[in-house]
Amino acid sequence: MLSAPADRPQAAATERYTGGSAVRVPILTVSDLSVAYASRRGDVCAVENVSFELAAGEFLGIVGESGCGKSTLLFAVAQLLVPPARITGGSVAFKGTDLIALSERDLAPLRWKEISVVMQSAMNALNPVKTIGAQFADAMRAHGVTARQEIADRSAEVLAMVGIDREHLRSYPHQLSGGMRQRSMIAMALLFTPDLVIMDEPTSALDVVAQRSLMVQIKELQQQLGFAIIFVTHDMSLVSHFSDRLMVMYAGQVAELGATRVVFDAPQHPYSAGLLDAFPSIRGPKVALTGIPGSPPDLAHPPDGCRFAPRCPQVQDQCRQRPVELYNVDDVQVRCLLRGNGVVQGD
Amino acid sequence: MRHALHRLGFFVVTLWACVTLNFVLPRLMPGSPILDMMAKYRGHVTQKALEAIETAFGIETHASLLTQYWQYLGNTARGNFGISLTQSEPVSQVIGGAVWWTLGLIGVTTVLAFILGTLIGIVGAWRRGGWLDGILPPVFVITSSIPFFWVGMLLILLVGRFDPRFPTSGAYAYGTTPGFNWPFITDVLQHALLPALAILVTSIGGWILTMRNTMVTVLAEDYVRMARAKGLPGWRIMFDYAARNAMLPNLSGFAMSLGFVLSGAIVVEYLFSYQGVGYYLLLGVVNQDYALVQALFLLITVAVLVAILAADLLTAVLDPRTRTGG
Amino acid sequence: MATMQIPAGAGQAPEAGLPGMPGSAGTASERAAGRIWRAVKSNKKALTGAIILLLFVIMAIIPGQIAHDPPQAFIYGRSLGPSAQHLLGTTPSGQDIFAQVIWGARETLIIALVSGLLSTLLSMIMGIGAAYLGGWWDNGLNLITDILLVIPTFPLLIVIISYYPHSSLIPLIAVLVITGYSYGARQLRAEALSLRNRDFLEAARVRGERRFYIIFVEIIPSMTSLIMAVFLGTAVYNVIAAATLQFIGFGDPNSLSWGTMLYWAENGEALQTGQYLWAIAPGLCIALLGAAFALLNYAFDEIGNPALQRVKLTRRRHSPPWRIRAERAR
Repeated sequence: MLSAPADRPQAAATERYTGGSAVRVPILTVSDLSVAYASRRGDVCAVENVSFELAAGEFLGIVGESGCGKSTLLFAVAQLLVPPARITGGSVAFKGTDLIALSERDLAPLRWKEISVVMQSAMNALNPVKTIGAQFADAMRAHGVTARQEIADRSAEVLAMVGIDREHLRSYPHQLSGGMRQRSMIAMALLFTPDLVIMDEPTSALDVVAQRSLMVQIKELQQQLGFAIIFVTHDMSLVSHFSDRLMVMYAGQVAELGATRVVFDAPQHPYSAGLLDAFPSIRGPKVALTGIPGSPPDLAHPPDGCRFAPRCPQVQDQCRQRPVELYNVDDVQVRCLLRGNGVVQGD
Repeated sequence: MRHALHRLGFFVVTLWACVTLNFVLPRLMPGSPILDMMAKYRGHVTQKALEAIETAFGIETHASLLTQYWQYLGNTARGNFGISLTQSEPVSQVIGGAVWWTLGLIGVTTVLAFILGTLIGIVGAWRRGGWLDGILPPVFVITSSIPFFWVGMLLILLVGRFDPRFPTSGAYAYGTTPGFNWPFITDVLQHALLPALAILVTSIGGWILTMRNTMVTVLAEDYVRMARAKGLPGWRIMFDYAARNAMLPNLSGFAMSLGFVLSGAIVVEYLFSYQGVGYYLLLGVVNQDYALVQALFLLITVAVLVAILAADLLTAVLDPRTRTGG
Repeated sequence: MATMQIPAGAGQAPEAGLPGMPGSAGTASERAAGRIWRAVKSNKKALTGAIILLLFVIMAIIPGQIAHDPPQAFIYGRSLGPSAQHLLGTTPSGQDIFAQVIWGARETLIIALVSGLLSTLLSMIMGIGAAYLGGWWDNGLNLITDILLVIPTFPLLIVIISYYPHSSLIPLIAVLVITGYSYGARQLRAEALSLRNRDFLEAARVRGERRFYIIFVEIIPSMTSLIMAVFLGTAVYNVIAAATLQFIGFGDPNSLSWGTMLYWAENGEALQTGQYLWAIAPGLCIALLGAAFALLNYAFDEIGNPALQRVKLTRRRHSPPWRIRAERAR
């Protein structure tokens, strides 16, 4: 059973997750996190009451279509939001400390040392006027590592981890290939072997072959160094081969959250089922491709009842009447009235 | 490299266009302005000067247009621009004396405008939502649309008339001996003060706004967010990640704006009787001293082209993407 | 003299809401116009600029109703200070300054609008035409535009007009247009080029529409906001350049416009004798007119690029631009 409350004292667990039945003490607890964008016509709620926990060394995949709020959620957790976006409620407890309450100065020591970020396009995420090495050095110097030799050694070390020759420390981002850029971004994220690495669609800019090899590399690094990963993507089938748990987001809310194999093999929310049906299997009999008709709701004016109701193939009258809560069904959280058996998440 | 050659070629073409324009205009204009000018100056200048004008402008000459053109090109290349009728001395001499004053005035003003403008623009973008960011756009949009000469007039009216510390005429006072002595230098600075202020007030607004807008765009980029994620100190993000990238596109804008600043300087110099290039240009224009006007026009264009080339070079040096051709 | 134009890249987003179905181009222009109107109404800067412009337009249309004295008659007492009969005093030759200012709006506005319109038109032809025709047309037209762009405009202006001392309005406007169109042409060409490969144009080509149809019915409506911006930017430049030219003495000294007023003020030694109002009033009006255009221009830029908009958020002092205090809902 997953438990909810955010104010559990001293949850500073770094016990390595070894798979199987180890006791999972969370290093990250997100409770009721909400993010809104200020606009001329009032606030638009992009993320609404999202809660989840992350154990040390766990790989959590977050999937959803464009605009569902997954990237916003990610940046909110990492405290990297930019106006007009802002956090409007909830807490993000990292090893017991609520990150939202921290000032920028108090956050700084945590940044990169404990939590690092990998972004979607390395071409945009790397400073075009600085060499790779200089950008590595920047991060290290910001956290007290000043000896040149130490910086050089560590930089070469992390590059070797992702299979890049140390000579490329002197290269500018535009001189590397797309795959190399992405891998060097991952290397940079591992400079201090943080406990949590947040990845925002790091494979989306690559071709299919490079995607898979990058994912394999990420998984290997994770098993080697033991960091937890939150991995956001729209490609459900790709991430499901590597993640421990899977969270499906829709219209700013959690639609389904549970162990990957369970969610993938037997999705309970009609949206998750629809997503899976949209990906043809390479083997097996030919099946008619069914997409999900319609488009996501306008978050400035969300519908009264279930947000997926307009597009749901199993919709019923009661679905449109009031907002749906998250139900707990056999270790999986589902936001669907049809699955809810009265046991609401958090009871 | 190829790009640089291309640019150079373009500038040569532009210069050629200017020279040709200078050659063609007086011969095209209705109402024969040259004859007017000659009539005006007859009796005031030597016969030799008049003859020089005649050949320069092709009056009463039996050589073909093409021959005249060739001669004109040759003269220009050799720096022989003829005689200035208003100053009664060779044009090149007049220019030689005036150029330094203008360089000084423009140089100081532009650099100040660039530095101040860029800094304020950066700070304004940094403190988005603050009071500075709020008043910046409207205030500076307004100051940028004020005519240079009006600011100058205001300065003369409100400041210059009352305070002798801000002289309103000339580049230096009569009676002082030019040279590297302190009284002369302070005198020069004093005389340059109001004109420089007039130019500064109007041109700085554009700088601030451009810099602020570029900064705002850059601040929204992923690599700035990444820098935050790494926990880098604020000032380093502002300068190393944001400003450095925001400056690049502004460098070439800076060079182009030199033309704008020069334009302002022309009127301001005229207003303050500051004997720089602009002063003589306007004087020549008002008095139909065409030889002087043409030469100064060429000079100003060359200056702007050189500035653009320099800015291109600087951008290439500062932006690794152009250097290594990624 | 142009204001420092905000770089094209930073300001213009292509028109959102492309004309979807073929033949709906009328709706596209209507939509664009509606969007512009709404944008002007809601943006304070645009509103201020629009109001100032409106005031001047009224001054230009019905000057006689506002100022009851004839502006050019030399009938009043000389160099009088401001009073009830002469709101801004009189000139040394006995003309009423206030009347001059009011009547001067007409010519100044005509110069600004006519040269602005013609300049924008020329920019469109040279810019969009070059982009769409491509090939040698593009190269040739572009070369001319680039040369004119690079040559400093004001010196070019005075050199050309020096051959026309004391000319009338038409040569003045013509020279302004020729020297000032290049910046707008550049911007329009860049935008047209980026639009050229968009799907809706491909659809039009495939449908077999003629070139002119494509240019006028599909491309131009999509560029309305940029064209507006070009017009406004040119208008600012023209106002200031025309005033400066008149101030130096070009243009008809007997005409009645603010620039000419300043010419006479300078010649009448207004500065030396401290006749403030004579020098300040017309100059202020020029500045306000230029500012009105510039404000409208800047506001349109903000509308095109929402990132530039003023963001009102609570923020702790001295914190970097992203650190917004999180508000707790509970």
